Amino acid sequence: MAKKEVDDRFKKFGTVSFTAITKTNDFINYLEEGKVMGSRCKECGAVYFPPRSDCAKCLHSNMEWFEVTGTGTLLSFSELKYGPVGFEDDLPYTIALLDYGDYKVFGRISQEIPYEDLNVGMKLKTEFNALPSGQLNYVFTRP
Amino acid sequence: MGKVGIIGVGQSNFVRGYPGSIRELAFEGFKEAMKDAKIEIKDINASIIASAPEYDKQRSPAGVIAEYLGLIPQPTFYIESVCSSSSMGLRVAYSMIKSELHDIIAIVGFQKMSEISSSESQERMGRGADIQWEAPFGTMMPAYYAMYARAHMAKYGTTGEDLAKIRVKAATYGQINEKAVYRKPVTMEMFTDPESNISATVAKPLRVGDCCANADGSSCIIVAKEEKARALCDKPVWILGLGAASEAVNMAGRELLTGLSVGIEAGKQAYEMAGVTPKDIDIAEVHDCFTIAEMMAYENLGFAKPGEGKDLIASKETYKEGSIPVNVDGGLLSKGHPIGATGGSQIRTIVLQLRGEAGEMQVKNPEIGLVHNIGGVGLYGNVTILGR
Repeated sequence: MAKKEVDDRFKKFGTVSFTAITKTNDFINYLEEGKVMGSRCKECGAVYFPPRSDCAKCLHSNMEWFEVTGTGTLLSFSELKYGPVGFEDDLPYTIALLDYGDYKVFGRISQEIPYEDLNVGMKLKTEFNALPSGQLNYVFTRP
Repeated sequence: MGKVGIIGVGQSNFVRGYPGSIRELAFEGFKEAMKDAKIEIKDINASIIASAPEYDKQRSPAGVIAEYLGLIPQPTFYIESVCSSSSMGLRVAYSMIKSELHDIIAIVGFQKMSEISSSESQERMGRGADIQWEAPFGTMMPAYYAMYARAHMAKYGTTGEDLAKIRVKAATYGQINEKAVYRKPVTMEMFTDPESNISATVAKPLRVGDCCANADGSSCIIVAKEEKARALCDKPVWILGLGAASEAVNMAGRELLTGLSVGIEAGKQAYEMAGVTPKDIDIAEVHDCFTIAEMMAYENLGFAKPGEGKDLIASKETYKEGSIPVNVDGGLLSKGHPIGATGGSQIRTIVLQLRGEAGEMQVKNPEIGLVHNIGGVGLYGNVTILGR
């Protein structure tokens, strides 16, 4: 009997992924194309980042993808001197939150921006990033 | 239906590396609360056991602990909301007494953080919030609170020095609390001295001195319906108000980054239910897992206006002699933070204060006290108002 194929694409997300199976697995295919995607409810128009498969506003599950484009405003950030197991080689790194108006994006600041240059309120954009390990994520860079 | 009263409180010493099992640890807090309540084990109709399960090896700890405490065959069950688990346990106990399902309930909170190895613990720390969308970036609890600190600094001009003052206060009282895990003084100078571990960066702008002390510990609160509380206890402390709230687990789902929405919402509910305002609070225990968390609690609970928390600590109004003493038992920062036991320990502190039995930490004649207990990074919030 053929082994049932498991769609575990999400295990490619981030330095260490703790999730393998999700209905939002197409997020990974878009990342491979260099696109960071959120989701929008086709019934009521609610916009979500991170993307969801189900709408918490109208309880429908009829979602479409949209691309995160343009710039967001840096709401806050922190540089870590200690990381969890599996992230030691990335240290130090800076996590941050960008405001796009209709939604916000949580992620990491690009290593190309020195910590000293960061200020709350500055404009940054969200960009696909391939990690040396072959894993995929996205980072915030200068527009 | 009458009021619900607290008739007994207890806690273990908060320590690093408790030399016993979780059931033995839970026994310590329970024994002290039973001694305080002066009742027999058979008087307790039900028990609620609270902890954060990621630190436990024992599956479904409620049964094991209830048996060890002699609380079988009475019903027992587990309540979890991470760091606010035992406050949530009190909320559930209140509703069970109000509904007349039970007369007397014990809420036992515990955490043996040293139950798992430090590498297992490090691995779990990365999974403190949203494991699908945030943890893959390498998140840690201090870094999340550091983001709140950075946003607070940007909006209100709060400084690392302002935050350090909160730790100096906590250490002042940690030194006189014989149950505290961290009994050493912390000075402002230590935060700028590169030789001191206190000044070492954990997640910018937070330093070691801004972070709470991990500990093993247990706590126990025994509650009873009014009639029983009056009959059994000389100085019952009444539950006047309860509030509870939840928030998006993902930072991207949050509107407020300079305060914890769950603290504001739970506080509002508790004030309304108790029919009091922030001005009526004589003493408070707030969830200072990090210095910035206490600063935000001042503002979220209405002890200071948004952005003015720094003035409250600068003028020492939250010291024992001030207008609104906060965490005069050392708080999570110095007394320690054994997750599931923390809320019960905060409640114990306020109960002892209202009874005038807090020893060297006693503030002058408080009548109404407040407990603010947060779970996760502002994921869950409980506020409880107690009165004599």
